[in-house]
Amino acid sequence: MNTFRDQLIGTWTLLKKELLRFWRVAFQTVAAPVITGILYLLIFSQVLGDRLEVYEGVNYLVFLIPGLIMMSLLQNSFSNSSSSLIQAKIMGNIVFLLLTPLSYLQLFFAFLIAAIVRGMFVGICIYLIAMFYVDLPVEHPWFVFIFAFCGGGLMGAFGMIAGIWATRFDQMAAFGNFVIMPLSMLSGVFYSIHSLPQMWQNISHFNPFFYMIDGFRYGFFGQSDTSPYLSLLIVVSFFIILSFITIRMLKSGYKLRN
Amino acid sequence: MKKAIVFKNVRKNYKQLKAVDGISLSIEKGEFFGLLGPNGAGKSTLINMMAGLVKPSDGNISVMGFDVNKEYQEARHSVGIVPQELVFDPFFNVREMLRFQAGYFGKDKSNDKWVDEVIERLDLTEKSSTNMRKLSGGMKRRALIAQALVHRPPVIVLDEPTAGVDVELRQKLWSFIKELNNEGHTIVLTTHYLEEAEALCNRVAMMKSGKIVALDSTKNLLKEFSLKNLKVRLEKNNIKKISVLLKETPFQQEDDWCTFKLKKVSDASGIIEKLNSLKIQILDLKLIESDLENIFLKLTGKN
Repeated sequence: MNTFRDQLIGTWTLLKKELLRFWRVAFQTVAAPVITGILYLLIFSQVLGDRLEVYEGVNYLVFLIPGLIMMSLLQNSFSNSSSSLIQAKIMGNIVFLLLTPLSYLQLFFAFLIAAIVRGMFVGICIYLIAMFYVDLPVEHPWFVFIFAFCGGGLMGAFGMIAGIWATRFDQMAAFGNFVIMPLSMLSGVFYSIHSLPQMWQNISHFNPFFYMIDGFRYGFFGQSDTSPYLSLLIVVSFFIILSFITIRMLKSGYKLRN
Repeated sequence: MKKAIVFKNVRKNYKQLKAVDGISLSIEKGEFFGLLGPNGAGKSTLINMMAGLVKPSDGNISVMGFDVNKEYQEARHSVGIVPQELVFDPFFNVREMLRFQAGYFGKDKSNDKWVDEVIERLDLTEKSSTNMRKLSGGMKRRALIAQALVHRPPVIVLDEPTAGVDVELRQKLWSFIKELNNEGHTIVLTTHYLEEAEALCNRVAMMKSGKIVALDSTKNLLKEFSLKNLKVRLEKNNIKKISVLLKETPFQQEDDWCTFKLKKVSDASGIIEKLNSLKIQILDLKLIESDLENIFLKLTGKN
């Protein structure tokens, strides 16, 4: 019999393996994105630091940090679940998961939590390093946490969809280069969308990354480009929709049990 | 005796291709069962359907009484599968990989002792802290077998376990698998090495184009399809002579050896008497018995 205890141990084992998997290559999975984030911070703050004030009383460098933290968190949550699945599929060792009694929900939650943990860990590292440069206020810590959690979860689920769908590394790279990168770069990480022409402001409202960044930034400054509650509603809705799609894919065995 | 595995009218179609075409088969508990067939016969598809890696187009499969689709968790607890390909997770060493695999089946730390025992029995102790990437092919194969055993399944399926393995290791694996069978595990083996099936399996199914073309005990198959050949070595002049004189007794010639196909062993004495009566000197002779390979080639139509 597959008892509830068996299921808990099974899920915990897969989660532990997924966490160890990225920790074993922390130089690539943690250090590299942290350095990239810090480089963005140094370059943009040096070039634009004294010339811009996006929100009243908020220095550009301070404005930039929450956006960079969230962008790194989102990209790394996506990378964790997507790279784990595509590697396991291409190497063939996905079979060791598929032969087990792990249910589609167990697979979903283990991959999802691992993705959130990696994203948050990278985000916290950038935050801690940024603390050496500036004092970063946290006006609404719960908003910071809930947007980090839902953003990481949303991207973890999206990573699972990409990992299940893709059959080659170049297909996965296309996801990163043509979907994740443009959406995160054009989400208001480096600017407030109010500084854009009206047409681009309107287009930005169709970018879910904008709401994740804007809501997360509200948690720090208490100021945002759009209502944080609208952002929360949109982020949670996307999280639920993508989770539903992922669970359906895992349940049906789409491109896994074939 | 209760059944370990039951296939009921199982089919798998890939568009027009019938990879498995209506197979019904039962494997008893404790049996050592061989599944033979040429490439593309449908052996791996059949096993993958049993493992839940491939969904059948039609029919039912159960393992230890559990339906592999409806009661998949219980069914998967009951079976350990050694895949054909040497696949591994490059991030972990042998012991870590085995403990993770056991954990997926709900086994906690109390199972670590059994994991260590499996490691020892498969001679993996020295390599237990070595990353899977750094193992030789033979060691990877042992680790795969260990991985299928960590949750103590009553049924073990080995898909070509000795492919690409040297003779010494093959012998070791054979004796280990035999031990498992003696301990009460049901073993299903697919193999290309027919001597392997002949030496190990109590019962054999031969597959061709998604269908079972023979299913019986290894002993009965050998008896039923047994072919005996009489090979005699003659002087070359005499070979020409007998091809004229023994028109009603066809034979095949290879250098100075002539091979006569016998329906029964007693036919051999008739041929020898005929040759003596024609005053043809026999330089050497051999009576060759059929093996599983002949039967396999005959049934699967491969020459």
